[in-house]
Amino acid sequence: MITVTDLRKVYRQGKKEVVALDGVTLSVPKGSIHGIIGHSGAGKSTLVRCLTLLDRPTAGSVSIDGTELSSVRDSEIRAARRRIGMVFQHANLMDSRTAAGNVAHPLELVKTPKDKIRSRVAELLSLVGLEGFENAYPSQLSGGQRQRVGIARALAADPDVLLCDEPTSALDPATTDEILDLIQDLTRRLQLTVLIITHEMNVVKRVCDSVSLLSKGRIIEHGALQDVAGDLESKLAKALLPLPASEPLKGALQGGPVLEILFAGDNAKEPVLTGVARHFDIDLNVLAGSVETLGGQQFGHLRVQLAENADYDAVLAYLHQRGIGAKLAETKTAAGDAAELNDVTGRNS
Amino acid sequence: MNDIFSNPVLAKALPEAIVETLQMVGISAFFTVLVGLPLGVFLHVTAPGGLRPMPVTNRIMSDVIVNITRSIPFAILMVALIPLARLLTGTSLGPIAASVSLSIGTIPFFARLVETCLRDVHHGKIDAAQVMGSTKMQVINKVMLRESLPALVAATTTTVVTLVGYSAMAGLVGGGGLGKLAYNYGFQRFDVTVMIVTIILIIVLVQVIQLVGEWISRNLDHR
Repeated sequence: MITVTDLRKVYRQGKKEVVALDGVTLSVPKGSIHGIIGHSGAGKSTLVRCLTLLDRPTAGSVSIDGTELSSVRDSEIRAARRRIGMVFQHANLMDSRTAAGNVAHPLELVKTPKDKIRSRVAELLSLVGLEGFENAYPSQLSGGQRQRVGIARALAADPDVLLCDEPTSALDPATTDEILDLIQDLTRRLQLTVLIITHEMNVVKRVCDSVSLLSKGRIIEHGALQDVAGDLESKLAKALLPLPASEPLKGALQGGPVLEILFAGDNAKEPVLTGVARHFDIDLNVLAGSVETLGGQQFGHLRVQLAENADYDAVLAYLHQRGIGAKLAETKTAAGDAAELNDVTGRNS
Repeated sequence: MNDIFSNPVLAKALPEAIVETLQMVGISAFFTVLVGLPLGVFLHVTAPGGLRPMPVTNRIMSDVIVNITRSIPFAILMVALIPLARLLTGTSLGPIAASVSLSIGTIPFFARLVETCLRDVHHGKIDAAQVMGSTKMQVINKVMLRESLPALVAATTTTVVTLVGYSAMAGLVGGGGLGKLAYNYGFQRFDVTVMIVTIILIIVLVQVIQLVGEWISRNLDHR
């Protein structure tokens, strides 16, 4: 379990003070994966550097299982760092060392006996699916294999926390999925506490149990994946279940009100739309939709246009009564949200 | 050309001159690396943003010592250092004495090359080593020096080749070796054969150093 409380980092740039982290608080339980998503400049890199103590936070605390890290003396900083294993975007392997040599690196630092290193390295390489690659140099490995070596190295010193800084941002989609599956598998098997810092919503969708949205040094939204995805008002939901831009149809339903509807969990299985049509005896059209399984639950995000004369307040009440998120689509603010989220997700929602 | 083997100068003085040149290059290369490598590491590590920033010390070392020493032409530095050579070796003549000024002349040059090599080690590797709990010494030894080893070997090769050139110059002011042979016999006595043979020997020496250096560097490089 890692707990970050009110973490602040202020840099001095000449006479100006730059607030990179403005009171970040988060907590990740053992055995779960937490995603921190944000666009560049949000403070992700600073957060990583403060968590690994490469930079000292200005204020606030970082603790692992109740042990305070951020205030340890310089002499204890190295022992504190060994409790965090780190996976980098570009793996950052030593080119002069083989795969086995790279994994052995953290063990050498604490003078582990040679035979013990050898057995531990073999164990770790098989854990990440790289048996037989002991003697390969990083230049002979693919990007995905290099990242596997990086993960094995991060786990070598038996850390409690695995900190992944954009672990898949340099990989192709298929390899990204492989690496994410590996991280998820290891989290469950070794009961790790995992933090993934990323700008890719797909990473969050695929492996994270909970997620925080970092913006301008603050966490502006956070929660379990199902909770944030099920909240129609959250920016994360819009990014997790993006709707393509669509114009109201110019047909039979011309001029009718447009609703945004979000089904979560069991609600997603109910035939709600046909229910609305039958109950109010109106026609409706789906303008856009996104259906996903997130954190083991089904989610559906729809933009629906009702017939012109439809009483949308009654329809909204009907939906809310059934525990379904629904609201009148506000075209102007929706466009504003979309622009803001493009920064986060890099896609048009 | 058939007088190469009958040329009395070549028969008598050449072997000695070769040994002297190799002595000068060997001894000064040894001390250049011995002092220049730690100096280069120090310059890199204490630079602003380095592993252990020491801005004032770094400025002094960098500007005063390295740049001033490097800006004095070698021919002048060599003559200026004759008293020091006499103090250290008891003589101002011969290859051992010449090695003193050769070393002092090339140490700053080599230290700058080392600094450049270390600067090319990707910063992510140093972050990675620090995050896994390395001490600063472990970062220097296991990451900076190890990762830049192919470049360091190449820098050493360049330095040794430079030393061959400098050693020929040192020959003119009492160092001996092939430089002295070429000057005394080839230039002052118009013995073209001696001149050509020494030039060819120096070219061969440089070629051999370059090839060996490149071969070692290539074999260390796993990038």
